[in-house]
Amino acid sequence: MREIEFEKIVQSVRDLCISANTRLGEDVLRAISDAKRKEVSPAGLDVLEQIERNAKISSDTGLPLCQDTGFAVFFIDLGEDVSIAGGSLEDAVNRGVRSGYEGGYLRKSICDPFTRENTGDNTPAILHVNLVKGDKLKIVIAPKGGGSENMSRLAMLKPSEGREGVKRFVIETASLAGPNPCPPIILGVGVGGTFEKAALIAKRALLRPVGRPNKDLELAKLEKEILGEVNNLGIGPQGFGGITTALAVHIETHPCHIASLPVAVNIQCHSARHKEVEL
Amino acid sequence: MSEKMLDNGDVLEITTPLTDETVENLKAGQRVLISGTIYGGRDSAHKRMIAALDAKEPLPVDLKGQVIYYVGPAPAPPGRPIGSAGPTTSGRMDAYTPRLLEIGLKGMLGKGSRSKEVKDAIRRYKAVYLALVGGAAALISQSILESEVVAYEELGPEALRRMKVKNLPAVVINDVHGGDLYEQGRAKYAKGGDRG
Repeated sequence: MREIEFEKIVQSVRDLCISANTRLGEDVLRAISDAKRKEVSPAGLDVLEQIERNAKISSDTGLPLCQDTGFAVFFIDLGEDVSIAGGSLEDAVNRGVRSGYEGGYLRKSICDPFTRENTGDNTPAILHVNLVKGDKLKIVIAPKGGGSENMSRLAMLKPSEGREGVKRFVIETASLAGPNPCPPIILGVGVGGTFEKAALIAKRALLRPVGRPNKDLELAKLEKEILGEVNNLGIGPQGFGGITTALAVHIETHPCHIASLPVAVNIQCHSARHKEVEL
Repeated sequence: MSEKMLDNGDVLEITTPLTDETVENLKAGQRVLISGTIYGGRDSAHKRMIAALDAKEPLPVDLKGQVIYYVGPAPAPPGRPIGSAGPTTSGRMDAYTPRLLEIGLKGMLGKGSRSKEVKDAIRRYKAVYLALVGGAAALISQSILESEVVAYEELGPEALRRMKVKNLPAVVINDVHGGDLYEQGRAKYAKGGDRG
């Protein structure tokens, strides 16, 4: 067994919260810069420029990229040979979130679903923990804003609807979302599994570097087709009109029941924030 | 500002409070820079204002001729008037908006589509809806010079605030003439039929 100190996890999570919210990934910046070369709409181009300037100001000043610093969502790979000294993993993550959101001047956006009373410290965080071989602890944070999350959808399609049905549902989701999720967006698509598995792999698909195709050639082809059609919708940056509605489509699959074809679309805004650390 | 990239004329500088004349001049797609005093409030502040109107109580601020920005800013770090402060999705305020337009609210700043009821009320009461770039919150905060909570402080990021802004960049989405940039922009750039 390898011991990892509770406090070390707290500190790492604190740092992840702050860096994820103030430093846009190189992959996103590259995708925005590529989109600028192709965009034909003047209003759309202006939006892409503002997004670039915003990222610069954020990294220079430490002000968060977006005031919606999100739900603190974590994907954690916990090695079977790791033991945490001094407390539980969940407590450590929540302590780190509390400290990072307070110390980093990040907005606390979590509330009771009915009373709407704010919890005041952006906890509880959401943890997706995988037990893996080895003695390492990998923590990925993906703060998720409400605007894009609200436009996400899930359908239990009939198996007969197949590839075309999946394609239609993803395009329809982007179309219905229109300007609301702050385009240009990234579409995380989960196909297969169960009701909850489809949603989870859709979210996990958003962790892939923007625009890196699926290793499966057929899926990579489907990603490209959907991206083309979504960008033909004309919604454009912020919905002002243009050819950059989505920066990428990332599809992940999982075997499903013989009766089912679940498909989940998790929409990510252009402020596609995620950071990771390995302890 | 890259003025050369304008779709629709020059960037127009406007100051608050807004008059009928200013509002009638604003057409969907027009880019503007807003200066003056504006109010910031989102879901819970709207709910409370409507509850006050229902109870025939006065609102904490007089909204006649004023502009509301749908924003829940990040906390202000030391030495700054406000933290990052980009727009939130306006559609969540649709249920409350016609009532506020009826009592004289003139402008709304946010992002995303409005309901038919809101668009109708914009025409009926001569108002305007503009969008800021969602997710450009650090950039937008540079145009906010002062910010103070004026009501509902216990709502935290959802409190009602008064802000002094200079050259806040926005684009007209819905105008008094029935123009809608989201519809017009999409129609202009859509290719090969909209499958959605």
